[in-house]
Amino acid sequence: MNRMQDKESGHILWLENIRKVFGGVVAVDDLTLGVEKGSVTSMIGPNGAGKTTVFNLITGFLAPSGGQISYSGRLINKVKPHHIAALGVARTFQNVRLFPQMTVLENVMVGRHLRSKAGMLFSACLPPGWRPEEKRVRQEAMAHLEFVGLADHADATAGNLPLGSQRMLEIARALAIEPFLILLDEPAAGLNSRETIAMGELIEKIRQQQITVVLVEHDMELVMDISDRVLVINFGRLIGDGTPEAIQENADVIAAYLGE
Amino acid sequence: MQGRDTAGLIALIVLIAAIPLMIGNEYYLGVLIFAAFNCLTCIGLCLLMGYAGQISIGHGAFVAIGAYSAGIFTTSLGWSPWTAMIAGIVIVAVVSAMLGIPALRLKGHYLAMATLGFASIIHILAVATVDVTGGPSGLLNIPRIAVFGYELDSDLKFFYFSWAVVVIGLYVAFNLINSRVGRGLRALHGSEDAASSLGVNITFYKIQVFVLSAVYAGISGSLYAYYVNYIDPGPFGVMHSVLLVTMVAVGGMHKIWGAFTGAVLLSLLPEFLSSATDYLQVIGIAYQPDYDILVYGGILLLIMLFLPEGVFDGLGRAARAGRQMVRR
Amino acid sequence: MNQVSGLTDIIQFMVMGVQRGAIYAMVAMGFNIIYNATGIINFAQGEFVVLGGLMMVTLTMAAKLSIPFAFILTVIAVTAVGVLMERLTINPVKQPTVLRLIIITIAVSILLKGAAMIIWGKGSHYMNHFTNAAPIEFMGAIILPQTLWIIGILLFVVIGLIVFFNYTMTGKCIRACAINRDAARLAGINDRKMVMLSFGLSAGIGAIAGIIITPIIQMDYGRGALLGLKGFGAAVLGGLGNSMGAVVAGVLLGILEALGAGYISSHYMDAMALLILLIVLFIKPSGIFGSSEAMRLKEF
Repeated sequence: MNRMQDKESGHILWLENIRKVFGGVVAVDDLTLGVEKGSVTSMIGPNGAGKTTVFNLITGFLAPSGGQISYSGRLINKVKPHHIAALGVARTFQNVRLFPQMTVLENVMVGRHLRSKAGMLFSACLPPGWRPEEKRVRQEAMAHLEFVGLADHADATAGNLPLGSQRMLEIARALAIEPFLILLDEPAAGLNSRETIAMGELIEKIRQQQITVVLVEHDMELVMDISDRVLVINFGRLIGDGTPEAIQENADVIAAYLGE
Repeated sequence: MQGRDTAGLIALIVLIAAIPLMIGNEYYLGVLIFAAFNCLTCIGLCLLMGYAGQISIGHGAFVAIGAYSAGIFTTSLGWSPWTAMIAGIVIVAVVSAMLGIPALRLKGHYLAMATLGFASIIHILAVATVDVTGGPSGLLNIPRIAVFGYELDSDLKFFYFSWAVVVIGLYVAFNLINSRVGRGLRALHGSEDAASSLGVNITFYKIQVFVLSAVYAGISGSLYAYYVNYIDPGPFGVMHSVLLVTMVAVGGMHKIWGAFTGAVLLSLLPEFLSSATDYLQVIGIAYQPDYDILVYGGILLLIMLFLPEGVFDGLGRAARAGRQMVRR
Repeated sequence: MNQVSGLTDIIQFMVMGVQRGAIYAMVAMGFNIIYNATGIINFAQGEFVVLGGLMMVTLTMAAKLSIPFAFILTVIAVTAVGVLMERLTINPVKQPTVLRLIIITIAVSILLKGAAMIIWGKGSHYMNHFTNAAPIEFMGAIILPQTLWIIGILLFVVIGLIVFFNYTMTGKCIRACAINRDAARLAGINDRKMVMLSFGLSAGIGAIAGIIITPIIQMDYGRGALLGLKGFGAAVLGGLGNSMGAVVAGVLLGILEALGAGYISSHYMDAMALLILLIVLFIKPSGIFGSSEAMRLKEF
């Protein structure tokens, strides 16, 4: 019955009674939430509330101890991360996980992995200059770099970029897989106000591409500015769910943050 | 990067063509031929260690399988050397897949220990199954291999052939690194989580690289058999596998040229040490070939502690620092 | 008549198995201690066993020291080697990736083996049994008194470790570091010192294993790799990081090896133990007592 509900109400992601236990610690406890297609949804809550755990559960890095996760109506509890990516779910990481020794462009080209198919045998025999697919992948990666405004830095070494650019790069790379849903884990962490505004504009641009966005964020201005909906998580539980305005008034939420 | 690799390959080819003209001595050609065998294995091992981030302390086993396949299929079954070598490659590929598929699902020390165990088993089998492998006395009269109709019956011919194979091996490795697959591997090395979140099937890639590295080793072993025309279990002990890892680590595991450098340097080292024996005796050290192992261990330890990116990277950095000083 | 000799054979093999298994168990415990404290596998573990055995030989046969005295001296010496290894080769590493540390332990194992070869030569070394009493007969099988010493000392070591890790402050600190290093540091525990102690402890246990087995198998410089490998097999079989599992698995491995040697072939005895290791790896890598989640929590 829930699946019919998802389809009808346009939920691209639906978590039902999700639970995750590590040894003695309950990280996520009976979480039920849905994300509407095409929306920008933010997850907020104190540190350690379980938000990144939820991301890890959705993207297959962890398996739920209980409950069900569905994506576009399909159960994805036991699906591995690389298959999740193939289904069209992209993510970034809290502590930017770039490929530091590779160039900016090469990082994004890895994102085109699923949209290209040269295998080992083929790659071993022909030098890259002779492979038309390589050229195409390069061009497509450049387009994604332009989208986030990093095209000028294409040949720089990724590890040498300043943090703000690194976060942009990670997003460009994630967008390169042409996802339907993108999960951003604290995209504004460590950014100054100018960079944060730019990040907000980028997220809006992503939404205009009809990609659903879910983000975990601590920067309240950003959250209130761009979100259609805000989910509040504390101690692995959902304690608030509504529009940004409604959440601002919510007493439980305020208590959770004051207690931080 | 691509341009420099091509330049390096061309320089290598020129060097290979020139060396026999500079060294008249067949003995030194022989030393360089053995260096070529090690280089070939180390290229594969470098892909595994430097790009897939895994370690195999048993690659000597794959060399052994390649060598014994060449030896057994030609002497007992009368197959042609090329057929025997191809059969050896197939066996190596199958065996390494069987080892790699379960082991690479797990953390890295499992592959390390599994390969070490596997190498020990192969060595024991080589010694014990006397009917098949000739036991400790080994196999004699392995035929020579012929290329385009020319039988490789001299050190000079084998020198050119073995180093040609190395050049091909380098070429394949460079192509691979600068391809979709290579990017996937480098991504794997950069961050496994990020790579898998982008759709790279990391376990599958690790397995593929492991099998490829085993094939490099197997080919090297077969060529060894066709050069020496005799094999016994002696050179294929666990120590050889450890030595291969040493070569790659000392040379620099993150660049193919690094592993190449390490293989060449450490293949030439015993020669250097034995000629240095006289000098060492003057200062009171009675050096014996047995001590080689201490030297290897010492070099490996020192490099890992002080120059972890390897000798090749160290040279590169020194060259860059030198250029900067010259500019001032 | 055949039934009696069949039973006798089994008991004989079991005895031999327990004897060898005790050594694997101790090597496995050594692996686990370091693995728990640092997440790395110490490839030099087998060399500690060799050093213990060879040093004991020199002290008892050449220097004619009494066995208890030599025992203590040897254990102290090899423990010092373990501590030295940690201080010189592990501690100073600024960017400790697990791959790099593993290669470092491999380098150390090469050096230790080379040193043993230079000091003690390539031959096998014989040492007197601890007590020269006559072999004991039990249901037709022959049990050497040394075997009883081996079992006794194994129990002593196991109990000692249980007491150490559960009832002493230092032991609890080491366990804390193993569970969560950052939290332990925040609680004021000097984690670098705990790593050093882990290496010392593993070396000491390895030395004990070498000492007690040398009277029976005659130690030589090259035994380290195989002993280490089988010890690691026992550690994996028992669940990597699980010390009690290591003891059970070690003895089990020894017994399986002895039974295989007795009933199938003794040429391939070593190959058999290693094959068991590979099979366990393929079927249940978390071992008999391990859990698969626990396995994934360590890095590398």
